[in-house]
Amino acid sequence: MSEPLLRVRDLSVRFRARRGSVHAVNGVSFDLVRGRSLGIVGESGSGKSQTCFAIMGLLPQSAECTGSVRFEGDELIGAPRRTLDRLRGQRMSLVFQDPMTSLTPHRTVGAQLCEIVRVHDGASAAEARRRALEIMERVRIPDPERRFDQYPFEFSGGMRQRIVIAAALIQRPSLVIADEPTTALDVTVQAEVLRTFKAVVEHAGTSLILVTHDLGVVAGTCDEVMVMYAGRVVEHADTSTLFAAPCHPYTRALLACRPGLDSKPVARMPTIEGRPPDLARGEPLGCAFAPRCSVATSVCEHSRPGLRELTQTHRAACHLLEAGQ
Amino acid sequence: MSATALRERDALVESAAGDSPGRAAWRRFRANRTAMAGVALLALITLFAIAGPWLSPHDMETNDWERIQIAPTLEQSHWFGTDANGRDLFVRVAAGARLSLLIGLVTTGVAVLIGVLYGAVAGYVGGRIDQWMMRFVDVLYALPLFFGIIILVTIFGRNILLVFVAIGCVEWLTIARIVRGQTLSVKQMEYVEAARSLGASPSRIIFRHVVPNVLGPVIVFSTLLVPTVILVESFLSFLGLGVQEPQTSWGLLISQGASAIDSSPWLLVIPAAFLAATMFAFNFIGDGLRDALDPRDDS
Repeated sequence: MSEPLLRVRDLSVRFRARRGSVHAVNGVSFDLVRGRSLGIVGESGSGKSQTCFAIMGLLPQSAECTGSVRFEGDELIGAPRRTLDRLRGQRMSLVFQDPMTSLTPHRTVGAQLCEIVRVHDGASAAEARRRALEIMERVRIPDPERRFDQYPFEFSGGMRQRIVIAAALIQRPSLVIADEPTTALDVTVQAEVLRTFKAVVEHAGTSLILVTHDLGVVAGTCDEVMVMYAGRVVEHADTSTLFAAPCHPYTRALLACRPGLDSKPVARMPTIEGRPPDLARGEPLGCAFAPRCSVATSVCEHSRPGLRELTQTHRAACHLLEAGQ
Repeated sequence: MSATALRERDALVESAAGDSPGRAAWRRFRANRTAMAGVALLALITLFAIAGPWLSPHDMETNDWERIQIAPTLEQSHWFGTDANGRDLFVRVAAGARLSLLIGLVTTGVAVLIGVLYGAVAGYVGGRIDQWMMRFVDVLYALPLFFGIIILVTIFGRNILLVFVAIGCVEWLTIARIVRGQTLSVKQMEYVEAARSLGASPSRIIFRHVVPNVLGPVIVFSTLLVPTVILVESFLSFLGLGVQEPQTSWGLLISQGASAIDSSPWLLVIPAAFLAATMFAFNFIGDGLRDALDPRDDS
């Protein structure tokens, strides 16, 4: 098999803190095949966003990043800034969570879209404008000619997020990373924006990494899902497999917490008891999920389970799987 | 605030709804009467500086030996009187206005240019480079301004250019500090991160995304800097370190007037009044800009 679009191997991110360091991401490995979409789910602090920032080379200077990220054959970890500048926006781009703050306030959206084209392609102003209007149309902004000369504050949240998506896709990158692209929007707008996003991504043949904590969004958008916990991948499978036959107790617990249309109204929503471990105190010796796990054994507390390939498209890290359950 | 004023304000805010941030600020600025009075006053003084020498039949260097140190009079067109050497004060004040305004504007411009660049780079790059750059600013800050200027003047001789340079060299420090502080907060904004994620180089981010967003406080500060610079120049000229005869500035005129305060007070009062009026005008404009550029005033 030829090399996948993105190959991440043993990616770790440490933040130097006053006392010791925070182990935000610990040995994450995965492949992403061209044209596929991957959802990364996990609760706050599970390292999903930091994984993405590490891939993009956007970590702050206080972060220490090790491992390997190969993208279209190029190693990105430790690559010089100029190389990354040329690559970001052109071959891979990022959609931010909050459309209210991710556009520069004092410039028209048209100017901001054109800037990307001009920086990367050195295109003429007219060409850049044409491309900007085209992508605005594609993300379904009504009346793009008029909207082109407006400022971000004249747009609603949903419309701004469309602009942010347009900015990420205007150069037709081969990979788009979206960090909770719809979390900041109204629920009614979320579905609409997500549908547009998906349509544009598919139209361009772009691969997608979607970071979210909303399993429903993943189910509707992604080909495969990776579940992260305490900076590690705990389960990774095709979306249908993961939802039909989750293997890791954490995944199962997550799925159990999901409200469904057909579920009876209950007094309390199910939750997972306890809290994730504090990664500033170093990684726990055993399985990070063990203290909250309903089926944990003494083994789980002392030794950390490795990722096991269950089938070709299904990996999980749990001792119970090795015991043959 | 009265009810009418509130209504006016509401109407303004409403009509500003579809404006760019710049246009909205301009609208707020125009609604500010004090600031507009400052603009009008400054326009008059500028007009006087430009057209004054042409209006009078006299020129600034010619001595009228018949009429030495006379009080303001319409006779012979000595509208502001003459000085101890019989030179027409009206023309001299206008010439002084040219020089003082020029020094104020040019020096401020230079200070803003250096300060913004220096501060934005230090703030954006951060880390050790930022530390060194700002320590350098601290060191320069610690040197006494007038002491430095006096040394410069003694070494290089008296020269107007030197005055520009000396004042500019000191005033950019404050701007650099302001801009660095603002940059530190702006660079945390997500749109800067977004620009990075789309492949913008650091220099592009600094000039396109950071500097325009920190310019507000700088504009306000620089309108207040212009009168400071004029004042410093006046002080230097007063001490005899600034402008050379026969050229003149407000500071020099005031200095000469001060020595004749008993016999002919107009020699002091008239240039001092112009200087004070300019100070007021710039301060009013600065206040107005500060209010107009403060987005919190929107609500």
